[in-house]
Amino acid sequence: MAAESFEKNVDRALADAQLRKNFAFAMGNFILKRKAVFSDTEETERLRTLGNAIKQRALSRLPDLLVQLEAACTRNGIRVHWAETPAVANRIVLETIESHAGSRVVKGKSMVSEEMHLNAFLGTHGIEAVETDLGEFIIQLAGETPSHIIVPAIHKNKMQIAKIFHDKIPGAPYTEDVAELTAIARRTLRRKFYEAGIGLSGVNFAVAETGTLCLVENEGNGRLCTTVPPVHIAVMGLEKVVEKLDDLPPLLRLLTGSATGQLVTTYVNLITSPRRTGEKDGPTEVHLVILDNGRSRIYQDPELRQTLQCVRCGTCLNHCPVYTRIGGHAYGFVYPGPIGKILTPQVEGLEKAGELAFASSLCGACEEVCPVKIPIASLLRRLRDESYSGEPQGIVPGRGCKQNLAERLAWKSWAFLNTHPRLNRMVTSLLGMAGDYLPPAGPLERWMRYRTEPEFARKGLHRRAKEEGIADE
Amino acid sequence: MSEIARDRILARLRGAPRQEIPRLDVPAPAAAAPDRNARVARLKSLMETVRAEVHVLPAAEWIPRLKEVLGARGIKTLLYAPDTDLGSALAEAWQQDAAGLPELVAYAEPVESFKERLFAVDAAVTGAAGAVADTGALILRPTGAEPRLMSLVPPVHIAVLRADSVFPSLGDAMRAGRWAEDMPTNMLLISGPSKTADIELILAFGVHGPKELIVFVLE
Amino acid sequence: MIPEPSKPSRVYFFGTCLIDSFYPDAGLAAIRLIEREGVRVIFPADQSCCGQPAYNSGFPAEARAVARRQIQALREDIPVVVPSGSCAGMMKHHYPTLFAGDKDLPQAQAFSERVFEWSEFMARVLGAQYEDRGEPLRVTWHSSCHALREMRVIEHSKHLLRQLQNVELVELAAERECCGFGGTFSIKHPAISGAMVNDKVDDIQRTGAARVIAGDCGCLMNITGAADQRGLPFAGQHLAEFIWERINGG
Repeated sequence: MAAESFEKNVDRALADAQLRKNFAFAMGNFILKRKAVFSDTEETERLRTLGNAIKQRALSRLPDLLVQLEAACTRNGIRVHWAETPAVANRIVLETIESHAGSRVVKGKSMVSEEMHLNAFLGTHGIEAVETDLGEFIIQLAGETPSHIIVPAIHKNKMQIAKIFHDKIPGAPYTEDVAELTAIARRTLRRKFYEAGIGLSGVNFAVAETGTLCLVENEGNGRLCTTVPPVHIAVMGLEKVVEKLDDLPPLLRLLTGSATGQLVTTYVNLITSPRRTGEKDGPTEVHLVILDNGRSRIYQDPELRQTLQCVRCGTCLNHCPVYTRIGGHAYGFVYPGPIGKILTPQVEGLEKAGELAFASSLCGACEEVCPVKIPIASLLRRLRDESYSGEPQGIVPGRGCKQNLAERLAWKSWAFLNTHPRLNRMVTSLLGMAGDYLPPAGPLERWMRYRTEPEFARKGLHRRAKEEGIADE
Repeated sequence: MSEIARDRILARLRGAPRQEIPRLDVPAPAAAAPDRNARVARLKSLMETVRAEVHVLPAAEWIPRLKEVLGARGIKTLLYAPDTDLGSALAEAWQQDAAGLPELVAYAEPVESFKERLFAVDAAVTGAAGAVADTGALILRPTGAEPRLMSLVPPVHIAVLRADSVFPSLGDAMRAGRWAEDMPTNMLLISGPSKTADIELILAFGVHGPKELIVFVLE
Repeated sequence: MIPEPSKPSRVYFFGTCLIDSFYPDAGLAAIRLIEREGVRVIFPADQSCCGQPAYNSGFPAEARAVARRQIQALREDIPVVVPSGSCAGMMKHHYPTLFAGDKDLPQAQAFSERVFEWSEFMARVLGAQYEDRGEPLRVTWHSSCHALREMRVIEHSKHLLRQLQNVELVELAAERECCGFGGTFSIKHPAISGAMVNDKVDDIQRTGAARVIAGDCGCLMNITGAADQRGLPFAGQHLAEFIWERINGG
């Protein structure tokens, strides 16, 4: 994604009044909900510190925990697969599905599967993975990708959804009533759950201590995908492993509160093994696919490693003034918002996605609410440094790709000016006299698209202070 | 194939700079744990906020109340687990007098041969291993006798638990039950009927899981 | 509980580059208000910029060179008072990071501990009290992101503002939201920045305030520039300049 296409996306999004209205409403709502469920500031801070500590410790022990997780899962009867890239992960899923030829596939919401572009891949092999989460179901019908990590269809309003259902679901009437739309989805998908031979899901947390997969949801489609079909395939990013079962209560409280403003989701589903002897339901085969896709590279850098603390709650999106105005699709990649801006350049490289790291005013609203205290603004700054860095060695792909003579000279001149006080004072005086005659080109032109020209003071503070007799030492 | 990937991934992770990060002690909140009545009250209050129906009553009264609840909803078929104490109690009560009551359907065979029936019943009744008061959720521990899909497929789920099994928090429940020592196939927290806010953040109930959750807390 | 610092006899004033070039009256007002409390103000001629523009744009080496100069110019062990949450935040919270691994790290750390944002200094250290001699006026307050989240001084700013008896403070609906300045962000991503500042301007307009008061001149320049372009009637003013005007009957 070159800078120009991001700009084009941004312009298009900003011009879409309906989109802006939908997002402004939804994000405002999320902000209030989060505030309500985290109303005790001291307790919230304690929890966030704990969440950060749990995640940092788990990451510090990542290879050992993954080995422990694999051993525990294997003991439990869960088959563990490892994939370095989305292509490999997709192949593993495909082969598992094809080994149960003719099986229909139902799918719960999973951002990792979006990273894999799993649905499209399966589609090219003649397999339709039916999305069962209501938001994902809507956008699958519409042929779109999610615009938010938690509420994938948030960019659509009732009227748009009513039309999609009416156009794409055989026999569905046109209705904007939310209860009726929900009932249509329930009816349509019920048959799919019933018939499915394979259920796909993500994983919110994988507990190394017990080999348990923890999944949270409100609708029940996740449980249906992971319990009705005889085969369950779970996909997860390798950073999702946590040390102990005991780590779950605070993480669940943080994830749920941050994502939807709830104390607890409707369902918390702890899966430890396939169906055991004597049990009457549940899958007889459970697979866990552990995906790398650049995470082990991010892991090499202790500072950037903090990116992997993310629990995918989406609250940084909700509080971001940029995301609220441009929506999720404008970012052009799977993960939008602040987390998208730090993760994507590291995975896709700075040449392709580095522009995202600059599309932020560094206001810090995201950091303030991140349940695991990822220092997002600092990581954005770090990625900006990487973009211009002249150092040859580095782990972020595309390091130094933004280097150019013009900017280098500009900043060197700025530094020269600001380290040579007398020269600085002279230039300030000059600008005071002639600044208003600067041609509206380059930076000034961009400033003036939305603002009048700033007025240089005739006499700067240095001169005024001197004139007013304020001591200089 | 997966083995090679595993080794390469682990090698990269192990080659990274090591950080020593101690486990942060989880400090217990200063406030004293609420008493049983307070826990039950909080559980009831939170669950009712998300449209669960909660009955707190003496153990002896629950089956008569259940019959009322079933009658009020016109439930014709009730799925139950015959090989549990709860199931036996129900079977006995129905045996004594089943007039006007729904047909008891036993989940007595694997889902493969039972699926059609399972997807057609009006309601299911299960026990609950306990509950968590601070967030308002039931703890379910499905077994061979009381399978997982009972609390998920039928549009009405009725759950029965003892008041003295309501824990202050999930952490308390995990520690008291020593979950980490022996996790079952599947454990669940259920806090209310199925819901979604995916359409304009407007709340809608009964998406895929049960449309109704009815809870009996027995004192 | 951190004890309140005691009143110093002398302080440095770090004017900031934006105040120097665009809002010198605000700088002078801030200085005069400190002097009014019996504290001597030193304004070293060698100061220029805190370095934040380069720091945020991916040029830490240049930022460090400039920061080093400021630390040198303000080297005596006396407080450094800064009329900007943004620049104060840079000096207080980011200088240690900027100098990580550098020979001057101990100096940078010691320096950052002496930095105060102006309104916090006036309210917390000097306990300034004000009597409003101006005409009734409705104003609104904009919280700069750094003052809000890094320096956490908004309550001090509002405390000073609320002392002005004839001033009606109407708060913004989205007070905590960024105005879209973000330094070079406003130049690199003009459309997004423009959308943000216009929403901020709309929010201010809805309060019916005659003036928006802020503790950061970057925000002020951004907001008033946008308001002017739309021909909206409200003005913007730095908190120090506003207080100075009010206590002198203006």
